[in-house]
Amino acid sequence: MVKQSPIPLLTDGKRVDGRLPEEHRPVTMQVGVLPNANGSALVAYGNTVVLAAVYGPREPIPRYITVPDKAVVRVRYHMAPFSTDDRKNPAPTRREIEISKVVKQALEAVVFLEQYPKSTIDVFLEVLQADGSTRVTSITAASLALADAGIPMRDLVVGVSVGKINDTVIVDLNKLEDNYGDGDLPIAIAYRNNWVLLMQLDGVWKPSEVKRGLELAFKAAENIYRNMREALKGRYMAVVQQ
Amino acid sequence: MSSYPFEIIPSLRRDTLRRMISEGKRPDDRQLISMRDLTIRVGVIKTADGSALVNLGNTKVIAGIKFELGKPFEDTPNEGNLIVNLETPPLAAPTFEPGPPDENAIEIARVIDRALRHSNYIPLRDLTIIPGKSVYTMWVDIYVLNHDGNLIDSSMLAAVSAIANAQVPRAIIDGENVKLDKSTKIPLNINPQNMPLTVTYYKIDKYLIVDPTLEEEVMSDGRFTVASDGENIVALQKGEGYFTPEEIDSMINNTLSIVKDLKVKVLEMVKTPTGSLLF
Amino acid sequence: MLNVTDRMIVLPGDLIGGKSNDYVIVGSVYWEGDKAYAATVAMINIKGDVKPMEVQVIPLNGAYKPRQGDIVIGYVIDILVNGWEVDIKSPYSAYLPINEATLKPIDVVTADLRNILNVSDIVLAKISDFNLAKDYPVTLTIKESRLGRIEDGTVIEIDPVKVPRVIGKKGSMVNMFKDELNCDVTVGQNGRIWVRCRDKRDELFVSQTIKFIERESHQSGLMDKVKAIIQSYKSTSGLP
Repeated sequence: MVKQSPIPLLTDGKRVDGRLPEEHRPVTMQVGVLPNANGSALVAYGNTVVLAAVYGPREPIPRYITVPDKAVVRVRYHMAPFSTDDRKNPAPTRREIEISKVVKQALEAVVFLEQYPKSTIDVFLEVLQADGSTRVTSITAASLALADAGIPMRDLVVGVSVGKINDTVIVDLNKLEDNYGDGDLPIAIAYRNNWVLLMQLDGVWKPSEVKRGLELAFKAAENIYRNMREALKGRYMAVVQQ
Repeated sequence: MSSYPFEIIPSLRRDTLRRMISEGKRPDDRQLISMRDLTIRVGVIKTADGSALVNLGNTKVIAGIKFELGKPFEDTPNEGNLIVNLETPPLAAPTFEPGPPDENAIEIARVIDRALRHSNYIPLRDLTIIPGKSVYTMWVDIYVLNHDGNLIDSSMLAAVSAIANAQVPRAIIDGENVKLDKSTKIPLNINPQNMPLTVTYYKIDKYLIVDPTLEEEVMSDGRFTVASDGENIVALQKGEGYFTPEEIDSMINNTLSIVKDLKVKVLEMVKTPTGSLLF
Repeated sequence: MLNVTDRMIVLPGDLIGGKSNDYVIVGSVYWEGDKAYAATVAMINIKGDVKPMEVQVIPLNGAYKPRQGDIVIGYVIDILVNGWEVDIKSPYSAYLPINEATLKPIDVVTADLRNILNVSDIVLAKISDFNLAKDYPVTLTIKESRLGRIEDGTVIEIDPVKVPRVIGKKGSMVNMFKDELNCDVTVGQNGRIWVRCRDKRDELFVSQTIKFIERESHQSGLMDKVKAIIQSYKSTSGLP
């Protein structure tokens, strides 16, 4: 990144918000927040908040977009105008369209599409508050919403962002680090299988840094995954305690 | 789940609902002119200059305010720009499709805009920076998150609540240049007594109901919105159907009393910002 | 080795167990080699005391997947040339051909289909065929005696995965409404339920009780709770 950050990103090993390089922001999750959707979730990574809704499997309009042997996953990632520092025009940008595609590609790898041929599974992601790492937060929310909708899947999907400030690899970028850091490496993992479902890279990285980034992402995923399990089970928890 | 551009309500259910309404009752035990449970939480979006999340029954609407620098319109050189935008994203209902606001979203936004403007809830003159040259543009973005009927009234509630929560970034004037300092904000100057609210009436057979669920709304054959600050009428909008002058008179009178009571509740709920966005 | 216990909640990707002589795994799972994993959020129900036990992985949410032979409740949404399009709350649309709608011979050319079934009508139907190659994958019939247009009573909707709970073991749950309140409750596999009582208030009560069963479907002791609710209603309404 050529731009200079207004404040130093790393001082004495601590980041702008006091975190250590490998520290992830606190996460909060709620499942089943929208009554109309078949499945829904609200996920926050620190101040980044994303709302996910799943409709499907269903017959789409127009019908011709379906394929005969499996379900089609459609993803719409969108940022609300009030989610960013400067108001974002609600019209879809190229960035939002690309993110929608890479998220779709991640989810398609774990959903059992063959169980619902000729149908669509629609995933709608709305970023309500953006403070970096919106696409990985969105993937986590999408995974929870799909599980909430009862869509058959191999695994839960965990999104983690990785970046670097000079040579230090950091986990879970906030907006400042996203804008002024030296690299951006968003990752999504199918947790049980350790499969990488989403991975993009921005900046100039040494191969060893990329490897380190992946390691840190897998490590950070553990806590997020635990939160996801609690959020999903939480809807039925009272039962089990009885 | 099937996906059709209309809600499916079978005739048996319609008959049941019609019968109930003719007896003065509704499926959720409400009276014809009662509203569902209302909660409003303000200050829920940190990146916005003001925000509110409204839950009216199962209808959920969020509104966010953003201030930008702008040029005043030629005919109002001493007023800030107020722009109301409403979106019905596909996550809110199975029948909503992605895309720019459709005629329904645009109609609601424009009614809310008129009500805000004519009520003088926000003294737009206070949003002038350099008269004739530089003013604040105030964006009111309303997002429907879950549609279970009565989007007009719930969106109006979200808008006025977010406005009550709004903080204006300081404008720094340096000769000819103006910049916004987002780290310093002062509460937006508003006239709470002028807060406009809408009451939208839906007609089923010859009965008028207030605050319908989506099912009741789909079944209705008439719609009429009255916007008021409790004393004056600041906007009117007739939707589908027909209304007699007597019905209009009755709706206007009912609105004044409903709004008076509702405003007290709203002003109470917008006092304390919540901070958290959890539903 | 079985990795789960009775009444445990499992999530997508959770290991259930493997191939064994002691148990048989059925339900919402997928196999990788000889290991079974949960495919949806589900509850484990282990049946039987004698080996092999049945380990049921029961999904807690999900869409209705049409099956041939299922009884469903549908809403007529369109009248077509030779039949009706029916919504059965499924990802797949359903078609009721005119010759499956009536036992009487019909002259297709002159008949007005609206006289038989109109848009917005409700039908109790059976799925005669489910074939994805067709434009309307689900084919319905109402030609059997207990099938046909629903003309009275109340129809409510629940999550299709909760249907077995509402029916109960061998119909025990749903029969309680008949025995205690003299109400007919017909459960469509697609999550729509037709309730018919002599009194509209009883219908409202039964509808609310069914919604209660849906909410508490994963709880144990549900039968007893529902019995108690019905008894309480009967005494406050002065019913015998």
